[in-house]
Amino acid sequence: MTEPLLDIKQLRTYFVSAKGTRVVKAVDGVSFTLNEGETMGVVGESGSGKTVTSLSILRLLPPAARIVGGEIWFAGENLLTKSEREMQRVRGSQITMILQDPLMSLNPLFTIGNQIGEPLRIHRGMRGHSLTERVKELLRGVRISSPEVRMREYPHQMSGGMRQRIVGAIGISCEPRLLIADEPTTSLDVTIQAQYLNLLKDIQLRSGLAMIFITHNIGIVARMCDKVAVMYAGKLVERAPVRTIFNQPAHPYTEALLNAMPKLTDKTERLWSIEGQPPDLSNLPTGCPFSPRCPKAEDRCHREVPPEYQVGDQHFTRCWLWERR
Amino acid sequence: MSDTLVEIRDLKKYFPVMKGVIFQKPIGWVKAVDGVSYTIGTGETLGLVGESGCGKTTTSKLLLMLEKPTSGAIIFRGHDIQTLEKNELKTYRRGVQAVFQDPFSSLNPRIRVGDIIAEPVVVNEPLPKAQMQERVQELLRLVGLNPGASNLFPHEFSGGQRQRIAIARALSLNPSLIVLDEPVSALDVSIRAQIMNLLQDLQQQFGLSYLLIAHDLAAVLHLSTNIAVMYLGKIVEFGTSDELRHKPLHPYTQALFSAALPSHPDEQREEIIIAGEVPSPLNPPAGCRFHPRCPFAKPVCSEIEPALRSATNGHQVACHLYNEPS
Amino acid sequence: METSQAVATGDTFAAQSFELTRWRKVALVLQRVPIFPLLILATLIFTAAAADFLAPHNPEVGNLRYRYRPPVWQDKGSWEYVLGTDHMGRDILSRLIFGARISLLVGVTASIFAGTLGTTLGIMSGFRGGWVDQVIMRLTDAWLALPGVTFAILFAVLMQPGKWNIILILGLVYWTRYARVIRGEVLSLKERDYVRLATVAGCSRAKIMWTHILPNVANSAIVIATLQIGVSIITEATLSFLGVGVAPPEPAWGLMLAEGKSGLMAGYWWLSVLPGLCIMLVVLAANLLGDWFRVWSDPQLRQL
Repeated sequence: MTEPLLDIKQLRTYFVSAKGTRVVKAVDGVSFTLNEGETMGVVGESGSGKTVTSLSILRLLPPAARIVGGEIWFAGENLLTKSEREMQRVRGSQITMILQDPLMSLNPLFTIGNQIGEPLRIHRGMRGHSLTERVKELLRGVRISSPEVRMREYPHQMSGGMRQRIVGAIGISCEPRLLIADEPTTSLDVTIQAQYLNLLKDIQLRSGLAMIFITHNIGIVARMCDKVAVMYAGKLVERAPVRTIFNQPAHPYTEALLNAMPKLTDKTERLWSIEGQPPDLSNLPTGCPFSPRCPKAEDRCHREVPPEYQVGDQHFTRCWLWERR
Repeated sequence: MSDTLVEIRDLKKYFPVMKGVIFQKPIGWVKAVDGVSYTIGTGETLGLVGESGCGKTTTSKLLLMLEKPTSGAIIFRGHDIQTLEKNELKTYRRGVQAVFQDPFSSLNPRIRVGDIIAEPVVVNEPLPKAQMQERVQELLRLVGLNPGASNLFPHEFSGGQRQRIAIARALSLNPSLIVLDEPVSALDVSIRAQIMNLLQDLQQQFGLSYLLIAHDLAAVLHLSTNIAVMYLGKIVEFGTSDELRHKPLHPYTQALFSAALPSHPDEQREEIIIAGEVPSPLNPPAGCRFHPRCPFAKPVCSEIEPALRSATNGHQVACHLYNEPS
Repeated sequence: METSQAVATGDTFAAQSFELTRWRKVALVLQRVPIFPLLILATLIFTAAAADFLAPHNPEVGNLRYRYRPPVWQDKGSWEYVLGTDHMGRDILSRLIFGARISLLVGVTASIFAGTLGTTLGIMSGFRGGWVDQVIMRLTDAWLALPGVTFAILFAVLMQPGKWNIILILGLVYWTRYARVIRGEVLSLKERDYVRLATVAGCSRAKIMWTHILPNVANSAIVIATLQIGVSIITEATLSFLGVGVAPPEPAWGLMLAEGKSGLMAGYWWLSVLPGLCIMLVVLAANLLGDWFRVWSDPQLRQL
């Protein structure tokens, strides 16, 4: 079996308040793997730790955050042992990221051409004519017509959907091996979202790129992903191939998430809702973080944090219900 | 069949685009809402669906009297609200309330929750203190919050809880109609179902009518009695939730269904990916506004604008595909 | 396996170091609170309040036999007049103490007056928009175009010198700062959902401005006010220095500076330097406090 492209082992990232008195365990023991060309969906709500996980991979954490433990193996190297200089070579050329709000991702003062060319200038040292040609090629690759004209325009002259495609073009410009997309379609209209997801799928097929999709929307996962990791309050509660997650969810949280979605096809009288409130990370209960809201919680769940158990082929979950008898 | 609470007739709202620094002249008009008509019955929910620029938010603002219509009528309980006197206007305001999208900017961070909920009552029909407190606590219980919450400030609550507070406030005057502008899109997925269930329960309990604006098609289908699909300021299709779910007629509606995310990886859906972006409302296309992006466009579509006509009972659509030329 | 590899990178540390010793906690608390400015201002307030008890001599009446005495640490100085005397034989220390009262009164009252006027106009301008906004903003522009101090002098010359006139003048000259800033904030606050919902609930415009807008701009107004205290004191000192401010024999610090001017050449440095030092300390303290308050009241800045 070939080595996975990305192998995260027991990642722990904590936020420390300025006084050092409060610790928020944003990511607490997360492990998963991703192979070349695969798409993984990391699903969770606010406070689940999904964005912090992706920032940890790229080592782009805010000052208050610290990676306290674990290993992040990418293409055979542990990213956590690299210096900042070495990470700068990784970012943009091997691993790239696209974010939710394209307006904030683009600098309003520079032309589109300039911004797409930036990673090419830095990582490939391209200049002049070859740079311009590559930029035009990238624009065509994200289905933007008249690239020569567009190159000279500024972000505010374009619509939201176009901006997001430009952000995508910047992302893939140096042919990275891994693309992390953090809620890339949340600010887009439904039909534009459909176009954009198609485009990403297309790019992936052409280039063999691996993708991580970070989202709260199970629908995106159903559409785009090969495997899924579900996070809750900083812990990875379930991971499995996508069909397994939808057909046989093992963790009560996953099950509840799937049931809480209104469906387009059939009419339900009342939606299945999850009781309680999203977790307060600075004040987590003892035991399993989902236990206060879990319909199947037992006594043990409130006392001890469950380890990961294997449920099936490539299917793991962190739940006492799956303990081997 | 319930009786009509609100009727909108040929409502239009044009925003002028001004030019000039000191003396400003309009050089164009953004036709945000361009001839929209619909009715909402007592105890019913009308869902407005559409993407950015379709005019659904502007329609809700017109209904809430946050903007004045350029032309057209809004008839509430048989009276055109634009002809109302000052006192009658107050009665209208009491009958129509709203819940907005962002739970973090819907509540004044400096005012206690109890006062926030009580404000509409205080402004319109002030009660003595003890009675007011009772009412606030009753409302908090109705929306599933602890009555002791009335002394706390908004920042102590989560997004979902804040939205409940906003709903409690909207209910305080016993309104007949509540305008819900994307009430759950800013909330966590696991909380959305809670709030949607709450809205349904309240509707049944009090016979409320809702004008629901949302971009999540599945949520709108779930909560609405009738649905109007809007595009660039016009209604392109109107029908019951069931009708639209099983038989969307207009190509744009079909595209919306097709573009919606699946609920299972194996769900097959007909791929109707429409090209391009929504055109600017400053300069809508001639004829049918959707024709540049429509996969089924015929020559007549670029010339004549189709009117909203009945296809089957109650199900209306504005499309030349369904109009027999006379 | 835990942290060893990551240590080399510098952005990790062991989870155990979160415990703080008691001393470190105290130090952190002290860092948070602005000790220095608060101390100065507390001293000022105390001095102003207890002036009658603290001052060893009458500040307005002096003994001509003891004029131009130097402070106690120079020869010829004495403990009776700790900081020396001025040209009229009045005790400098007593004058400084009573002068504190005037500076405090003028600084704070002028700030409050300017703040109230400016905030009200700012809120009305930002919220009403339209021609109200235009008129107020053009007025603000005109006002700002004229140099503040010159304007103050103009007014002062037209009116009688005196404490209350000064306060009035300072208020009239400095309201513009508030109006501009508050108007900007109101423009964005106006679009908040809770303001829209208040309209939907039937609130009148006045009620919205009072209940919803004002409390949310209060922080900014207070920050400007604390920063303006220094400006007010300096302007008052300038006016007094030029002879159009507080009237002698009242011991305003600025006046003391002016009166000591002629003595400087003769080597009687304490006449001007000491009141100057007081002005400097108070303005510094007010500015530091205002700065601290600005950071404290803005939740976003606080995280850093």
